[in-house]
Amino acid sequence: MKDIFRGELVRLAVESPETMAKSLSRWNRDSEFLRLAESDPAQMWSERKYKEWMEQRMEKDGDDNFRFSIRTLGDDQLIGDVSIHPQWVNADAWVGIALGERETWGKGYGADAMRLILQYGFIELNLRRISLALHSYNERALKSYEKAGFKMEGAIRHDTLREGRRTDGVFMGILREEWLALQGGTS
Amino acid sequence: MLDIQTPLFEGQDIRLGPIDHEAHPEIESKWTHDAGFMRLMEMKPVRPFSPAQLKKEYESIEKKMEEDKNMFYFTIRAREQDRLIGKAIIQWIDWTNGNGWLRLGIGAAEDRRRGLGSQAMRLLLRFAFAELNLYRVSATSPEYNEAAVHMLRKFGFVEEVRRRQAVERDGRRWDLLMFGLLRSEWENQPTGPV
Repeated sequence: MKDIFRGELVRLAVESPETMAKSLSRWNRDSEFLRLAESDPAQMWSERKYKEWMEQRMEKDGDDNFRFSIRTLGDDQLIGDVSIHPQWVNADAWVGIALGERETWGKGYGADAMRLILQYGFIELNLRRISLALHSYNERALKSYEKAGFKMEGAIRHDTLREGRRTDGVFMGILREEWLALQGGTS
Repeated sequence: MLDIQTPLFEGQDIRLGPIDHEAHPEIESKWTHDAGFMRLMEMKPVRPFSPAQLKKEYESIEKKMEEDKNMFYFTIRAREQDRLIGKAIIQWIDWTNGNGWLRLGIGAAEDRRRGLGSQAMRLLLRFAFAELNLYRVSATSPEYNEAAVHMLRKFGFVEEVRRRQAVERDGRRWDLLMFGLLRSEWENQPTGPV
């Protein structure tokens, strides 16, 4: 069986709460990162608070949420995180992905991690569809998700007010058959 | 154009940052031993706080931020070495009416009167109006805190209430001033949106 945690540029891993908290607390000092990733007001938390949250999550996640860190294959740098949260009864799941190290943006790392999490969702969790949501102004993410095979399913109009402008919340999804077709039937 | 790229936390010589539970209690404890500083910041009887007391205080601040979601607490850092120099806070936010209260302080005497507080004020107001989408920001200061009153006026705050002789210190009575700044007023200030 192939190593489903390993892509072409990145691998999926898990970190100690200390290591993850250190990175998160540093990434969150970048307001653009926060505004791309979150709907809540851009807010910074201490390393201590993140460590506390990481510990709580690890305790209660179980098969309800699968969280991974993203590390580069090149120099094993921790650059982001990705999670997949299944709704078992419908075999659907919500995916969230974020790259905190801004020098890694736009270089295919996110797309590679997304390919891994889709593969994990469809061949390990055996899901029927995978969903995500993003801000309409996050154009780089939109392109990356389309590249991974997600299709636009609609938008909640004007759900965000930032810098005096209202923007939309975009919903995307990919079905199991669509993903299989993209694999050329070899997975 | 919508510009979510504008850095919210970066000033020229200062940055806004999170709390550091390891390094900050010692530093803030020193500030609280400066009665002059404390009497500018507080109307309550002032007293020094130990690092252990402040550690507890920081924990309760983050707990409140997480649970109540109506306070945004930032530490002010000098750019060199990310050194803690003060705090900048939007609190008691009333979301239905878009009101919030502002508090800001530079802890050590040697960091004051260098324009660092103004840089932090600019970031904090931008955050309040362009990220929290508040409609008005309020602030209060005793009239003897001349630096604070001067700064608030410089940023366009309007004196709305003068509570006559509401404060007693050093054997005399002082007025307590309440200021307000509306979003429309902020937008038209030279010290307004960047």
